[in-house]
Amino acid sequence: MKINLRLFRYNPETDKKPHYQHYTVEAEPTEKVLDLLHKVKWEQDGTLAFRRSCAHGICGSCAMTVNGENMLTCEALIGNLKKQQSITIEPLPSLPVIKDLVVDMENFYAKYKIIKPYLINNSPPPPTERIQSVREQRIIDESTWCIMCGACSTSCPSNWSNPDFLGPAALLKAYRFIFDTRDEGAEERLNILDHGDGIWRCRTIFNCVEACPKEIDVTYHLSQLKKAIVTREI
Amino acid sequence: MKLSHDVVIVGSGLAGLRAALEASQYYNVAVVSKLFPLRSHSGAAQGGIAAALANEEEDYIDWHFFDTVKGSDYLGDQDAIELLVNDAIPTLYELEHFGTPFSRTPEGKIAQRKFGGHTKHYGEAAVLRACYAADRTGHVILHTLYEQCVKNNVKFYNEYYAIDLLVKDSIVRGLVAYDMPNGRFVAFHSKVVMFGTGGYGRAYKITSNAHANTGDGLGITVRAGIPLEDMEFVQFHPTGIYGYGILVTEGARGEGGYLLNNDGDRFMKKYAPKVMELAPRDLVSRSIWTEINEGRGIDGKRCVHLDLRHLGAERLKERLPEIMGFCRKLVGVDPVKEPIPIEPTAHYSMGGIPVTVDAQVLADGINKKVEGFYAAGECACVSVHGANRLGTNSLLDAVVYGRRAGKSLVRFLNENGTVKADFVEDQYKASLDRVDKIKNNTGNEKVSYLRTELQNVMNEKVGVYRDGKPLEEALEKVEELEQRFKNIQIDDKGSVFNTDLAEALELGNLLDFAQHIVAGALNRHESRGGHARIDFPKRDDKDWLKHTIALRKDDGSLEFTYKPVVITKFQPKERTY
Repeated sequence: MKINLRLFRYNPETDKKPHYQHYTVEAEPTEKVLDLLHKVKWEQDGTLAFRRSCAHGICGSCAMTVNGENMLTCEALIGNLKKQQSITIEPLPSLPVIKDLVVDMENFYAKYKIIKPYLINNSPPPPTERIQSVREQRIIDESTWCIMCGACSTSCPSNWSNPDFLGPAALLKAYRFIFDTRDEGAEERLNILDHGDGIWRCRTIFNCVEACPKEIDVTYHLSQLKKAIVTREI
Repeated sequence: MKLSHDVVIVGSGLAGLRAALEASQYYNVAVVSKLFPLRSHSGAAQGGIAAALANEEEDYIDWHFFDTVKGSDYLGDQDAIELLVNDAIPTLYELEHFGTPFSRTPEGKIAQRKFGGHTKHYGEAAVLRACYAADRTGHVILHTLYEQCVKNNVKFYNEYYAIDLLVKDSIVRGLVAYDMPNGRFVAFHSKVVMFGTGGYGRAYKITSNAHANTGDGLGITVRAGIPLEDMEFVQFHPTGIYGYGILVTEGARGEGGYLLNNDGDRFMKKYAPKVMELAPRDLVSRSIWTEINEGRGIDGKRCVHLDLRHLGAERLKERLPEIMGFCRKLVGVDPVKEPIPIEPTAHYSMGGIPVTVDAQVLADGINKKVEGFYAAGECACVSVHGANRLGTNSLLDAVVYGRRAGKSLVRFLNENGTVKADFVEDQYKASLDRVDKIKNNTGNEKVSYLRTELQNVMNEKVGVYRDGKPLEEALEKVEELEQRFKNIQIDDKGSVFNTDLAEALELGNLLDFAQHIVAGALNRHESRGGHARIDFPKRDDKDWLKHTIALRKDDGSLEFTYKPVVITKFQPKERTY
């Protein structure tokens, strides 16, 4: 079928402000939105810039806004879109645009670093692995699926209104360590989260859950963090 | 612009990150990566990482040693393999101590599953050796190593695309890179450069590899006048999703999945009666192609079925959630209810940059070193995988040899100090000129079309089964594409995030070593591991139990020399499963 594509374009070297450019491509409903971008780039206009790599939803490079919703373009089947023959693709919202569909994610990564995204355990390790039960591993399992694509944090209205809000991705990462039975840094991390730009800026709007391509129930994990801060029990 | 570091590590997958973690404790290290580190293709590894932990059943390092040697079709260097399997156990415990969220046994230990070619009692039956985190093992290890790098304040230059190595008189001087977000070119002046640049699956049409996997490190190495080793050995993973090539982990068969032909027959019983679907990848991929060639592909198509239905929804959800997800999302197949159509997919390069067991790059491929140049992981050929890699040995190789590279280059700096060899301004300028020429060329060839032609010819003529005549045709085609590449024109003339330029440079890299793969395959008159010649169907230990070293000469032709295989414990035997 014929698809009318409306692509966000911005070249920092020549454009004063962004604009939309229209392209027409042929595609099947079984193809992905990323395939459309490749058709434009490889057959019509090589100047189009976007990120992608693995093409099967694990590297997290290609999150964009497609017809108003954040998603991984490599996983987005054209047949599953609501408006298939008229598709608008924009960069992830609320982040500075470097070029076209490529956004500057430094701020997003900086928030990840704030929550100390690494196992904290100063006890000498045993000669073999640290023991963790199947049940204990399950508590953190879902939170480890995160691929840091940015779809959640950039879909969060609390983040749009307050760019200093840590955002769902960083908070989910905090959960991943705070609830890891091998970690000893829960107290210091909970203190990092316990302020107006931390966990309390989350208004349980659930946009993050809808945006997450890995189907992580982000809001549930954030609610567990709120409970942990109040009760100081993990 | 010029930057100065003691060490520049190129690539931020498992090998690069593990080396960075080691070396940054002592020296001023920079990691240069074309992607943000968490986007690296190590993260796409699914099924596991091998170590004889014996958490789930009896297992020994020596069994792992033997399996890896036999899996390599006896081309693996046994000194390097012994280091790999000995280091496997402490490496797994270290990864766990770093925080890797592995799946667990009922006792709370690291869980292990079966994988192709990993056996008990030297080949009797499959063994539970692959340590895993569901089917996201690479993802969780990549994230964990990056987390440790964040903790240790490792310096990253993300989305800096490596262009050329600066090296003169066999002494490393640094690296040229394209800083994509800032739209400028940068010279790194350094005493050491280490490559952990990964593989080149994108030389093929059907591949499990990411778009980024264009073998940049290999192209750079060839242009630096250094040979490549064993490039004819390309691994085709048996179970890529039909038509797409996306990987379905061998863990799916490790969990009990069947391979079925159009008659509904578990055909692997003919080819590997003892271990069936858990034979090594080269053997399973050949078996699939034989079934297809003999007319037993599904509905006459070039695919067979991977059937997981009997495993049940619950086990599939727990053990193989990622593949469940993308089978449903990308191809509309629900593995709980229907078999998955699969075909072999270009997956891994056994060959690469010749290195010592201490990851030092060899200028002649044999014993002369390039001072300050190191390589580890898929881009390197040490050679632990020989003619065919076993599943789960690649993550292990990347972490073990990444760390060895880190330790080795620290020793080098301890002994030699950090005073750098003179910067080579003329080489830097020549490298920028090369890029400029590609950017401003006004020919009539298009990068995307040339790349497609390369991918098609590699897929059709340099695949699982090879034959003299098609290989000769492929070689001609590669040479033709090299010439036509000189006549390209790209659209984007800008500086910032010019991915049009990056794709042209990537194709240039692919073309700089495609000849090594094709001519290497044409030159090797035997069948061994991943290299199966129809016209030379037998392994020939008398003439070919040796590594290929292929050097591109100034006139563009390849010169082959050979290196003996290191055999310490296991003498070559007939290889059956």
